[in-house]
Amino acid sequence: MTSVELEAAAPTAASHPAPSLVYDLVTTVDHKKIGLMYIVMAVVFLVIGGCEALAMRWQLLFPRYDLIGPDAFNQLFTMHGTTMVFFMGMPILIGIGNYMVPLAIGARDMAFPRLNAFGFWATLLGGLLVYSSYATGGAPAIGWFAYSPLTERTFARSAATDLWALGLIVSGTGTLAGAVNFIATILGMRAPGMNLRKVPFFAWTMLWTSVLILFAIPPLTAALVMLLFDRNLGAHFFDTQNGGSALLWQHMFWFFGHPEVYILVLPAFGMVSEVIPVFSRKVLFGYEFMAAATAAIAFISLGVWAHHMFTVGMSRTADLFFVASSLLVSIPTGIKFFNWLATMYGGRISFKAPMLFAFGFLSMFLIGGLTGIMLAAAPFDFQLSDSYFVIGHFHWVLIGGTLFGTFAGLYYWYPKATGRMFSERLARWHFWLLYIGFFLTFGPMHISGFLGMPRRIYTYDADRGWAFWNQLTTLGAFIQAPSYAIFVYNVVVSLRKGRPAGSDPWDAWTLEWMTSSPPPSYNFEQIPEVRSRRPLWDLKHPDDPDWQYE
Amino acid sequence: MELNSPANVGPQPIGARAERASAVDHGGTTGLPFPPAIRPEQTLDSAQWGMLAFLVSEVAFFGTLITAYLAYLGQDVSGPTPREALSLPLVLVTTLCLLSSSGTIHLAEGNLHHRRERGFLLAWGATIGLGIAFLLGTAYEWRELIYEHQLTIGRNLFGSTFYTLVGFHGLHVTVGVVMMLAVLGLVLAKQLSVENKRVVQLVSWYWHFVDAVWIVVFAVVYLIGR
Amino acid sequence: MSDFLLLASDPDALQNLSIFDPASPSAEAIRSLSLLVAAIAAFIFLIVEGVLLYSVARFRVAAPAGQSSLPGGEPPQVYGSQAIEIAWTAAPALVVFVLVLVVIRTLWQVNRPNPTPSANDRALYVTVIGHQWWWEYVYESYDGRNLGIVAANELHIPAGSEGAARPVYLTLKSADVCHSFWVPRLAGKTDLIPGHTNELWFQTDKPGLYLGQCAEYCGTQHANMLLRVVVDEPAEFERWLAHEARPAAPPADGDTAASAAQAVFLGQSCIKCHRVRGTPADGTFGPDLTHLMGRKTLAAGMVPNDAERLREWLVDPQRVKPGCLMPAFGLEPRDIDSLVDYLATLH
Repeated sequence: MTSVELEAAAPTAASHPAPSLVYDLVTTVDHKKIGLMYIVMAVVFLVIGGCEALAMRWQLLFPRYDLIGPDAFNQLFTMHGTTMVFFMGMPILIGIGNYMVPLAIGARDMAFPRLNAFGFWATLLGGLLVYSSYATGGAPAIGWFAYSPLTERTFARSAATDLWALGLIVSGTGTLAGAVNFIATILGMRAPGMNLRKVPFFAWTMLWTSVLILFAIPPLTAALVMLLFDRNLGAHFFDTQNGGSALLWQHMFWFFGHPEVYILVLPAFGMVSEVIPVFSRKVLFGYEFMAAATAAIAFISLGVWAHHMFTVGMSRTADLFFVASSLLVSIPTGIKFFNWLATMYGGRISFKAPMLFAFGFLSMFLIGGLTGIMLAAAPFDFQLSDSYFVIGHFHWVLIGGTLFGTFAGLYYWYPKATGRMFSERLARWHFWLLYIGFFLTFGPMHISGFLGMPRRIYTYDADRGWAFWNQLTTLGAFIQAPSYAIFVYNVVVSLRKGRPAGSDPWDAWTLEWMTSSPPPSYNFEQIPEVRSRRPLWDLKHPDDPDWQYE
Repeated sequence: MELNSPANVGPQPIGARAERASAVDHGGTTGLPFPPAIRPEQTLDSAQWGMLAFLVSEVAFFGTLITAYLAYLGQDVSGPTPREALSLPLVLVTTLCLLSSSGTIHLAEGNLHHRRERGFLLAWGATIGLGIAFLLGTAYEWRELIYEHQLTIGRNLFGSTFYTLVGFHGLHVTVGVVMMLAVLGLVLAKQLSVENKRVVQLVSWYWHFVDAVWIVVFAVVYLIGR
Repeated sequence: MSDFLLLASDPDALQNLSIFDPASPSAEAIRSLSLLVAAIAAFIFLIVEGVLLYSVARFRVAAPAGQSSLPGGEPPQVYGSQAIEIAWTAAPALVVFVLVLVVIRTLWQVNRPNPTPSANDRALYVTVIGHQWWWEYVYESYDGRNLGIVAANELHIPAGSEGAARPVYLTLKSADVCHSFWVPRLAGKTDLIPGHTNELWFQTDKPGLYLGQCAEYCGTQHANMLLRVVVDEPAEFERWLAHEARPAAPPADGDTAASAAQAVFLGQSCIKCHRVRGTPADGTFGPDLTHLMGRKTLAAGMVPNDAERLREWLVDPQRVKPGCLMPAFGLEPRDIDSLVDYLATLH
């Protein structure tokens, strides 16, 4: 079947003396190295953010438990949220995108390699700035959405909040640079023949995530600038004593914050849309509808922000608008879901690690979506908002959706980036520990929310009846924790011990599998020509190529 | 449906696709379907897409600042109000400068297109001059606001929103002037060939955008807000 | 009634804060909506998850896929189908349409603007002011009578009866940062936002204690900004109102110990932040203490209100509720004794 020679010529390396690794990494503008640096940075922050979560779970193990005081606890959840969204979630997706998008569209690099390096370093610097707040005597204790006026100098005196805001502005600039770069790359550098209707699905979702970043990050930057002006120049944007508005912050923050959820989840959609077809041995069902649904989600997500604000006392009409727009998102999301299922249906599904995680994604993200429908029903939200139910819901979306999808992608492309296969056995351990631990952590949170437990409390009374559910949650967290360690171990050890992967270990269909593993710095010996969405299928099946049907 | 069709090998076209598939030429010597020729795409290049994307993000940024300005209009608990502090004559002149600079930069591009280097340098220089004039006008206006009207960023909400919005716009004008100076310097030093139209084009896109933002800012701050 | 309260303050007894056990029409309306939405969600869940699991079971192959060739070659490639796509776009669209309709109904039921007080309306109007980390209640009017009573942390309201509802209309404000008023069994939450006034409404026929707490992160002690709503029988509530309206009873003539204790209180900086009506203590930064002993708890519902806890609190509030805005004053033990004695007289 694969009589076609796919292996690219081995790069003639070692013609230059190798510079030191550090010097190489600091000065590199190669999208693959930058991508890997993004991923490594994200994993480091994942571990930090995860430890913060474990500390909080330990504190909540018993009612009136006295392990961590209120200040430290409030700092922990602020940093956990900030870290996971800005320094884990976005960087890991941008990192994978950085590595894979040029390969998937048949380009030699990103459009602006130096801007690309800038994007990474700005993101890292932002992370360091945010964490440097600990040097002021404690991180900010404002919550990741930093509602004013709690962030004004009156209530948050130390410079921690300034460093936090500054860090997010800097890393936001980096993210924006990444988005501009993705758009320029995907729109301007596709291989000959790959028109916009033939873009690999992951690249398509990265395009829309980037578009969302363009619309979402600048309002956050503007709001953070106003906050810094308030705190340092005496401006009055959120100074409620002088006419400033607490609500304006909420509107601006969530105008960023809700699209942010889709920024984090669209690339995961893209990754499972690559994995499911390959491991089901079927073409992606309904590509055009999937593509349109992605764009629709991006558009609708810009008009749903105030569903985070149903309890602030908007008019019923405004409530209703945001109810309707939020519920609308479920239509394109449903389309995607059904298409994934249809892709699997009638296929020959093999549950290698990438597919296992894609299955985890499908089975769990569905639940996150359905609890989202409950939250979108405004009156129900009057009860659920800011309760533990919400925490359960969005972790179900961000772990069940983004993280499972990301792991599917990481396992899928690991052989490409390293030239080695990972240990399938360890990957299974990783999956099942994460799957069970995740279920146990966030499932009970929905119930403690029903029982009236608000989020962001460092302790609670025994008579509330929340202890049991919190103990289950904590147990789940400690079951999850080793799964991440197994993942890191697997990734590191397989670098040396994994068996060689070859250029195309999964018998896949997109361009990245045409070149060697790892790819040479110039990616492709010769820029490939593309006639369908599955150029390698066309090569492998010259008798029955895809372009006949597209 | 055909979802569960028998397990035969090869793609199963369904619906309208079957017709298209049968229309494919199966000729040639190999008997394999003959791949169609690839047509080059007519679209922007990646530098242009990049600039467009950046400008879109700028729309979102200024949109937020303008929203904040409008949201706080008339919410002040103490003066001075925009009507008391802002005067139109000066800003009309600076607005005229900025708007005409859009014309001169367009002229510069045209001259470049027709390889008239002198004309290009003249129009380009005029654009820079008009940009600087705008900045000087703004500086004068701010001086007056601060010393005559005691309007600072910390005075009241009007001060906070006004300086933030107009200040960020001024910052963008400054960046534009610096970029144009850099292009001018490179051209004069023969580092940048006049043939290199792309850089000039991107700078002019940026400049037109900054002008367009000013029209909105002017309307919001000096017409609606005053 | 009082038995119930005693039982409720027993630390071992489990309190009920479930949103599925409503005691007020608005919470009831939300519950019916939530059950409907949950049923729809469960229905979708079963179908989609069912198809997923079926596909997994039916189409799973044990062969090490990936390695170039599967035995039997590739399965049929199905590129899509417009008809199917339209069908599964329409189905969720229909569900969304139904959901929007039921949401409209409940939203208009639950979110009603508060009426204005009128004579014999049997309605209680209270302005709730959120403070870092306690609740201030200004009783505006009841049954059309103006009240002007200020209380803290424990909200007393009257129970309605069959055919004679006694609604409670809250006006929500904040003195500092954002808070949120949430007593799950009475109503959904509504935020208290500085510079912005909100309204909330509930009514119940069932006397008893209803717990809740601040649901919007508001700083260090957000976790201990607890809400206690005490629903009294109407007669009991009238008595409570009459009692609250009275200023603090002055020490009995000739009771020198009591007078001395009061003098200690008035001589300390307590009076800068706290008010005891009928004395020169007139601060408003902290909770009103006029009828402190009428409250079952201290520190916004955190600890039981007894002499021992009161003493601990006065010695160092930061040890009881770290980060709270009342500092430790480093008072002499003798003065602490006097203060406890005096505060114990504020029934």
